[in-house]
Amino acid sequence: MKYFSTIFLFFYLVKFLFSQDIQKQLQSQFILAKPGDTIHIPSGKFELTKSLLLDGKKNLVIKGAGMNQSILSFKGQYEGAEGIKINQCQNITLMDFSVTDAKGDCIKALNTEKISFIRITVAWTGKISPKNGAYGLYPVSCSNVLIHECVAIGASDAGIYVGQSDQVVVSGCEAKYNVAGIEIENTTNAEVFNNYAHDNTGGILVFDLPELPKKQGGNVRVYNNRVIHNNTKNFAPKGNIVGQVPSGTGMFVLATPRVEIFDNLIEENKTVSIGICSFYISERKFNDSLYDPIPYQISIHNNRFLRKKANPPMNNKIGLLLKFKLGKKIPHIVYDGITRDEMLNGSGKLKDEFKICIQNNENESFVDLDADKNFKNITFDLAPYRCTMNVTKP
Amino acid sequence: MSGIVLIAATVLSMATSTAVKTTIAVEKKTFNYPYPTLSSYGLFIGIMKEQKPADRVIPYTLPTPLFSDYAYKLRFVYIPSGKQVTYHDKEVFQFPVGTILVKTFYYPYDFRYPEKGRKIIETRLLIHEENGWKAYPYIWNEEQTEAYLEVAGDTKLIQWTHSDGKKMKINYSIPNANQCKSCHESYGQMTPIGPTARQLNSEFSYNGVSKNQIAYWVEQGILTGVPKNESTIPKIAVWHDAAHYSLNDRARAYLDINCAHCHKTGGQAATSGLNLSIYETQMNLLGVYKAPVAAGKGAANMKYSIEPGNPDKSILVYRMESTDPGIMMPEMGRQLIDKEGVTLIREWISQMEKK
Repeated sequence: MKYFSTIFLFFYLVKFLFSQDIQKQLQSQFILAKPGDTIHIPSGKFELTKSLLLDGKKNLVIKGAGMNQSILSFKGQYEGAEGIKINQCQNITLMDFSVTDAKGDCIKALNTEKISFIRITVAWTGKISPKNGAYGLYPVSCSNVLIHECVAIGASDAGIYVGQSDQVVVSGCEAKYNVAGIEIENTTNAEVFNNYAHDNTGGILVFDLPELPKKQGGNVRVYNNRVIHNNTKNFAPKGNIVGQVPSGTGMFVLATPRVEIFDNLIEENKTVSIGICSFYISERKFNDSLYDPIPYQISIHNNRFLRKKANPPMNNKIGLLLKFKLGKKIPHIVYDGITRDEMLNGSGKLKDEFKICIQNNENESFVDLDADKNFKNITFDLAPYRCTMNVTKP
Repeated sequence: MSGIVLIAATVLSMATSTAVKTTIAVEKKTFNYPYPTLSSYGLFIGIMKEQKPADRVIPYTLPTPLFSDYAYKLRFVYIPSGKQVTYHDKEVFQFPVGTILVKTFYYPYDFRYPEKGRKIIETRLLIHEENGWKAYPYIWNEEQTEAYLEVAGDTKLIQWTHSDGKKMKINYSIPNANQCKSCHESYGQMTPIGPTARQLNSEFSYNGVSKNQIAYWVEQGILTGVPKNESTIPKIAVWHDAAHYSLNDRARAYLDINCAHCHKTGGQAATSGLNLSIYETQMNLLGVYKAPVAAGKGAANMKYSIEPGNPDKSILVYRMESTDPGIMMPEMGRQLIDKEGVTLIREWISQMEKK
């Protein structure tokens, strides 16, 4: 027995020392790496306590032995807000490893040109909780972003979040049990396809927010995704904008212009399959003359909608509004109908350059909430929206 | 007994050898930075832990400094002979290549009697090399005779008696080279933060004689481009001096030095849209009724960075009052809450007019 506990202690000591070792080893490699280097993350689960920072590097690959083989756990983190933070780099590829339980975001990439995440898992383990970190994969203010075959689980904001970036591909990823599965925010020229977003609060969100350095996103194409059963209760800390997304949201376009959504399978999202809304729905003040809070040039076609019956959450303002105005007959596509005078032609219809097109969707149904006229003329008529519009492939 | 004598002798010999070593002038060195030890730079004369500056090494101070877990700081600047610093009214002064900015972090054993001994933890050097500024952290040994370069950083247990008599204990974190850049960055380049006109337009006691720091630098021939009319030189408020500066000026000064190294145009937190620089004039970008962007649990259940009149509903205060690495601000270099700083920012938000 005595021997057993000694061996046990010894085992933990070795494990502890080895983890300390990998913290210093990886951080030193991150600091000393030369262009063209590949930094290998060995097989095994490692406990790290501080953020790993990569700064000002070019042409690097950081590679693990597989997303289930090489795991960097930040459960005991006491310094830094991210698991890995990449800043001011060029041409960085991260592949085949996992980052779990970071205190803030799992992997953040800032001001980086050409960043690829390939077969990376980011996850908060255990029960979903507002105490989980905000973002799993978090490129912000980057260009040429590739996120391919990654998995994101349990983020209290967005599992895969691309912010204020340009030229973005998110493909073949799985996002589950996050508040937002995939979120594209203030980002231009993004392609989101072949992803599987399920059991989040909201599956795929395309948002533009005010008062940011990169003012307006747009030119976003969302296609061939499976967006299924995103009915997880909203567990975001309430102050965040995604805290206002009702559970049961398939897709949501907020204030972003030039968005094309097509060939998606959108199934069993209990509140709304696709929402199109202005920033006013957030009921937050803003002061930004260069920001347009109203979405336009939105095209929704050839999607397949499936849902038994709508039953929006009653603990959420948008959910309550829908329930109050529409009862259980919430259509698949919900549009707040907020416009500006200059967007309309003489007959009160949207001008061509501001049009919203909806057609050829299986099981489609629609409502214009007429929110800027206090919901006076709620209509379900799709006729004014029968048109075609394609967003050019970036 | 003989043991004690032996230790005493060792300490003494170490002290003397350090004294000899440190009299080497910087000019005679190879400039092949970084050196493995702090003493090799010859920045100090005599016993190094006394931090007496060598020739051409000028001590300076910031009236409103960054809060770093109550650490005391000593600052020095070394300007190579024949070179000069160029004045700028808003930005950090332009320092010539070869400049070394020196910052030593220490804790008095007892904050009530700081003259009764101290422990030096680290000395950080910012060196202006041919290809830009480089940061090198040096960690002091237990004997306080030498400090060694450690690019990967470290953690040290520090204990002291606080000004209220309370015993304090923290795991003090010494940054690695990349962490240095997290704060010292502007548009992707490493840069100093403190030595601006507004900070240096203040008094310092040079061997017991109090002088304005900018005037002294001019007198020493190391600073050029200073406006003839002194009244046009900006001056930052002393954040804790309510007798001489307005609440607004003190709060803005505090946010400028504690937050604006990231929360500025070209800083690492520029993507948040929150700009806490002393020169920001738009109240919404300063946080007033500004919705959080990527704050995560840092936003808690609050809608705005600053809700005028309501510090308890302001994200800014909430994050200053946290020590959770996923919530707290600044993100690093802090394990304790700056109680006095929080009080100032609370007062400032409380008196803001509601809309």
